[in-house]
Amino acid sequence: MSESASAAAIGFARRWLLPRSVLSGMLCVLAAFAIGALLIAAIGRDPVLAYLSLFEASLGSTNGLAETAIRTVPLAFCGIGIALAFRAGVFNVGAEGQLFIGGVAAAWMGLQLGGQPQWLVLPAMALAAAVAGAGWSAIAGVLKLKFRADELITTIMLNYIAIYFVGYLLHGPLQDPGSPLARTARLAAEARLPMLLEGTRLHAGLLLVVVVAIVAQVFLWRSVAGFRLRAVGHNARAAENTGMNVKAALWTGFLICGALSGLAGFSEVAGVQRRMIENLSPGFGYTAIIVALLGQTNPLGVLAAAVLFAALQIGSTTMESAAGVPSALTTVIQALVVLLLIGQNALPRLFRRRAVTGS
Amino acid sequence: MRNIRVAFGPVVANDDVSFAVEPGEIHALLGENGAGKTTLMRALAGLIQPQAGSIEIGGQPVTIDGPLEARRLGIGMVHQHFMLVPTLTVAENIALGLKEVRTWFPRLDQLADEIDALGARYGLAVDARALAGELSVASQQRVEIVKALYRGAKILVLDEPTAVLTPQEAAALFPVLRALAAAGTAIVFISHKLNEVMAVTDRITVLRRGKVAGSLRTAETEPREIARMMVGGEVTLPQLEGMPVAGRPLLEVDRLGLTDARGVRRLEGVSLSVGAGEIVAVAGVDGNGQQELAEAIVGLQRPDTGRVLIDGVEMTHRPVAERIAAGLAHIPEDRHRTAIFEKLSVTDNAVAEEAGRPRFARWGLRRQGETRAFAAQLVADYDVRLGSVEQAIGSLSGGNQQKVVLGRALSRDPRLVVAVQPTRGLDIGATAFLQSQLLKRRAAGAAVLLISTELDEVLALADRIVVLFKGQVTGVVARADFSVEKLGLLMAGRTA
Amino acid sequence: MEWLADPVLAGFIAASVRLSIPILLAALGGMFAEKSGVLNIGLEGMMLIGCFTGFITVHFSGNLWLGAGVAVLIGAIAGLGLAFYAVTLRSNQVVVGIAFNLLMLGVSAYFFRLAFGSGTASPRITPFAPIDFGPLGQIPILGPLLFQHDPLTYLSLALVLGGWLVMQRSTIGLSIKAVGEHPEAAETLGLDPIAIRYAAVAVSGALAGLGGAFLSISATGVFLDNMTAGRGYIALAILILGRRHPFGVLVAALLFGAAEALQLRAQLLPSGVPLQFLIMLPYVLTIVVLAVSATRSGAPAALGQPYEKGGG
Repeated sequence: MSESASAAAIGFARRWLLPRSVLSGMLCVLAAFAIGALLIAAIGRDPVLAYLSLFEASLGSTNGLAETAIRTVPLAFCGIGIALAFRAGVFNVGAEGQLFIGGVAAAWMGLQLGGQPQWLVLPAMALAAAVAGAGWSAIAGVLKLKFRADELITTIMLNYIAIYFVGYLLHGPLQDPGSPLARTARLAAEARLPMLLEGTRLHAGLLLVVVVAIVAQVFLWRSVAGFRLRAVGHNARAAENTGMNVKAALWTGFLICGALSGLAGFSEVAGVQRRMIENLSPGFGYTAIIVALLGQTNPLGVLAAAVLFAALQIGSTTMESAAGVPSALTTVIQALVVLLLIGQNALPRLFRRRAVTGS
Repeated sequence: MRNIRVAFGPVVANDDVSFAVEPGEIHALLGENGAGKTTLMRALAGLIQPQAGSIEIGGQPVTIDGPLEARRLGIGMVHQHFMLVPTLTVAENIALGLKEVRTWFPRLDQLADEIDALGARYGLAVDARALAGELSVASQQRVEIVKALYRGAKILVLDEPTAVLTPQEAAALFPVLRALAAAGTAIVFISHKLNEVMAVTDRITVLRRGKVAGSLRTAETEPREIARMMVGGEVTLPQLEGMPVAGRPLLEVDRLGLTDARGVRRLEGVSLSVGAGEIVAVAGVDGNGQQELAEAIVGLQRPDTGRVLIDGVEMTHRPVAERIAAGLAHIPEDRHRTAIFEKLSVTDNAVAEEAGRPRFARWGLRRQGETRAFAAQLVADYDVRLGSVEQAIGSLSGGNQQKVVLGRALSRDPRLVVAVQPTRGLDIGATAFLQSQLLKRRAAGAAVLLISTELDEVLALADRIVVLFKGQVTGVVARADFSVEKLGLLMAGRTA
Repeated sequence: MEWLADPVLAGFIAASVRLSIPILLAALGGMFAEKSGVLNIGLEGMMLIGCFTGFITVHFSGNLWLGAGVAVLIGAIAGLGLAFYAVTLRSNQVVVGIAFNLLMLGVSAYFFRLAFGSGTASPRITPFAPIDFGPLGQIPILGPLLFQHDPLTYLSLALVLGGWLVMQRSTIGLSIKAVGEHPEAAETLGLDPIAIRYAAVAVSGALAGLGGAFLSISATGVFLDNMTAGRGYIALAILILGRRHPFGVLVAALLFGAAEALQLRAQLLPSGVPLQFLIMLPYVLTIVVLAVSATRSGAPAALGQPYEKGGG
């Protein structure tokens, strides 16, 4: 009994406190910042000043923290969805489009339900967004499972199509009658997410995404369905051979990713913009791919990675004005983090002894 | 080759191995699976570098640092898995990497003529203009030999050349080898089959566990002596005993037909049945529909005609899970591709089939304690050697992985076992263990369908043998009528 | 036969060719990588870095051909970087490609801002000018199709021919195909799968870089953040549509160029179809093509699978 207890304790520590994946992730982040510092120094600017202004802006004040948290929400929603899809072996890179479709669905539902009570309107909007996002993702699912079309390309194409389709809706049927701009009418107070912090824009979407991350973590590592999802992602043929429903797992990957990305659209519409607009996302869905990878496709890890990336993005403009370092540096750092991480993951494979082949 | 040592990490594949072959000689390199035969020859072909030892060719010490150097020294190897690019023609395959072929607008027609002529000289009929992937297995092998000869091979290494041939096709290969040897070629013939080694070679070197167990003149020895050398003692494989007590049929396959994704007809009108307490073997040369038959029974492929019944219940288009629930267990041929999740733990692999059962799950969440206890029990029952049930199964040795697969399949007490090439790549101890497990299932009243290309295995274990050729049943032979010659004819498509 | 000489039609044909060149070059590059067994998702980033370095070289040197050369060189270097991950480290090629694209996006924007500040006035260069073929350019259909273009366009078409020669009429192509189909067999014959894949991905980067440069130093004369706007991904679709054959890729790229040109021209025409649906057209077409041509059919057997030396 004591043996299993100590094993459990070690397991707990390894899994939750400082697993190797967390350590290696942090190492890569530090290294990426170091390379970023070299880039800053190379152009004759001050790396310390640049990074200080960056994090001062994103983490150094209540408002900065709130803005970082706001930015975290869509990145984490999409990132967790993408992570679960990747786990199933589905390379769904369509979160951006699914976010737009979810956002417009949420806005439409919010406008439809105008004066209804908030406990009815908000869940209805969230549901509409999740269903619409999942439905959009399902197009890629059908294309893959029925027509064997690679989801990587189809989801990218669907992103463009979604954005233009939303553009059409906002210029046409859903356009605010009182405005020449391509946007819907403003949502009523009942259709907005409650504010969490006086004096900031921080909204309840943050709580929602934290709950989603925890549920997703339990789903992935503790549930039978999560086990099957991972098994299919590792080896679909063996999964089928052991009686698992491979199609169901792939569908789960497509639909969860779509639903969560749709929720990202919902939280942007109901929490930040308070209406649907044409530029709802500055590429959240694409950045979230990198976030998912940095989070090692673990929902809680993705949440942490989303915070980091949100902080980088929020602080980047201040860094540009205060230290004269182009804000695109943060994009470079984001990419470097992931490239370093991929490289680090591959290193043991490089030095691993080769298996004996043949007789 | 003197005192060769090749190690992969801690695994020593060749340890102080010395080996010599002379012009005009056919020299067998004999040994069990995993004895180090292929590794030694890959070192000769420049594909791996030995850590110690020396190689001399024609009396000159040489360093073979790559395939190009091996070729320059006149070494040609016909690999067990053919090294032909299926989408290129035979001539293109042979032109690959040849300096003599000019880079721009290569004269492949001229090359094709030369290849045809070279093949004709040794009785190796090949069509140099055909796509390699569309040739039969036997003619692909001829292409491989011609390829080596065209590249000026004076030393020809053949790795298990008869594994993919019918006994008759193999018999047709031997005169070709004799002719080549008579023309002065040194031939190394890798095999684990005693009888053909006795038939065709001049000398025999036996490898056991990476070391030379002995080197003999074929004329001065006899099979028993060599067999003892191979296994290092008198290990006998289990043999089926007792009369069949076949009960009601647990597996019925009725006129099964299957076309694969590329539109090739793989199975046509295949019918067979396996009763309780019976082992039925499916024999045939590799690639004659065995894998498709197994996958149609298990549910990994959908047949387009015919029916599959498990214990009297139609299962032709039912999902795999239902068949497992009906008592089916599958030991697939390609473990890595079909049976295991290399990166998942031994525990996860052990319960993969049953993770959703109430015993292992509650409210959709997995019961970790039960799951681990089950895995621990399985590991103990089937003697799996490992550090922890939580380690990734990919880090175990092949034999131990196969034991987990076997344990997973058999611990459910299945009524129907479909085993496809279950002993391929295993050493003799593991083979004996696995075969005895199958016999145990038979004794316990299960139906066993054993699909194997190893005639010895089939002859030893089966109550009945069904022979497949080009996706059709060419004959069914009862135990009383077993003979290698008869099976060989059926395997070559001659119906009895 | 009035319509044959219609300037709108002539403009449409010329624009179709012009718009197809960047994706044509990128897809041609993708062909080399894929035939050797490497899925190059990084085409987008390689185009973008070529687009940027080509522009900035021309801006500071005034030499258009130098700009094209630098774009090719930088694209090839980016290709080697990707190959290090995909071939040597044997990482997931999709993941690496996506990360590479992000890196190129950041790097190009960073150095662009650095060179020109964040002011609103974007710098311009004088792009390649069309070659004047005199009366040839006035021939209906053929004129705008063949005789109204700049040198880079003709170079691109020559590269298609060159790509065909290499892949179909040389032992180099034979080796590339062998490595993509059966790397182990190639190795037993003395070919080096690793080196061949590195070379193929470098060539693919060079071609994608040139394709990107076409946008800035030939088509427009300006550089914008994320100027390639997904053309590298479309090139992957073109590749599948063109069956990974140089001439097939040429036809497919022209088709997409035409769809884009039609969409630009259709805006001028009164029509009941909303603008957005016209803009969507190429993307929808890509999906339809993918669904109809069942993606992986005809793909090299070892595509996307890393190779470990000495056999797997």
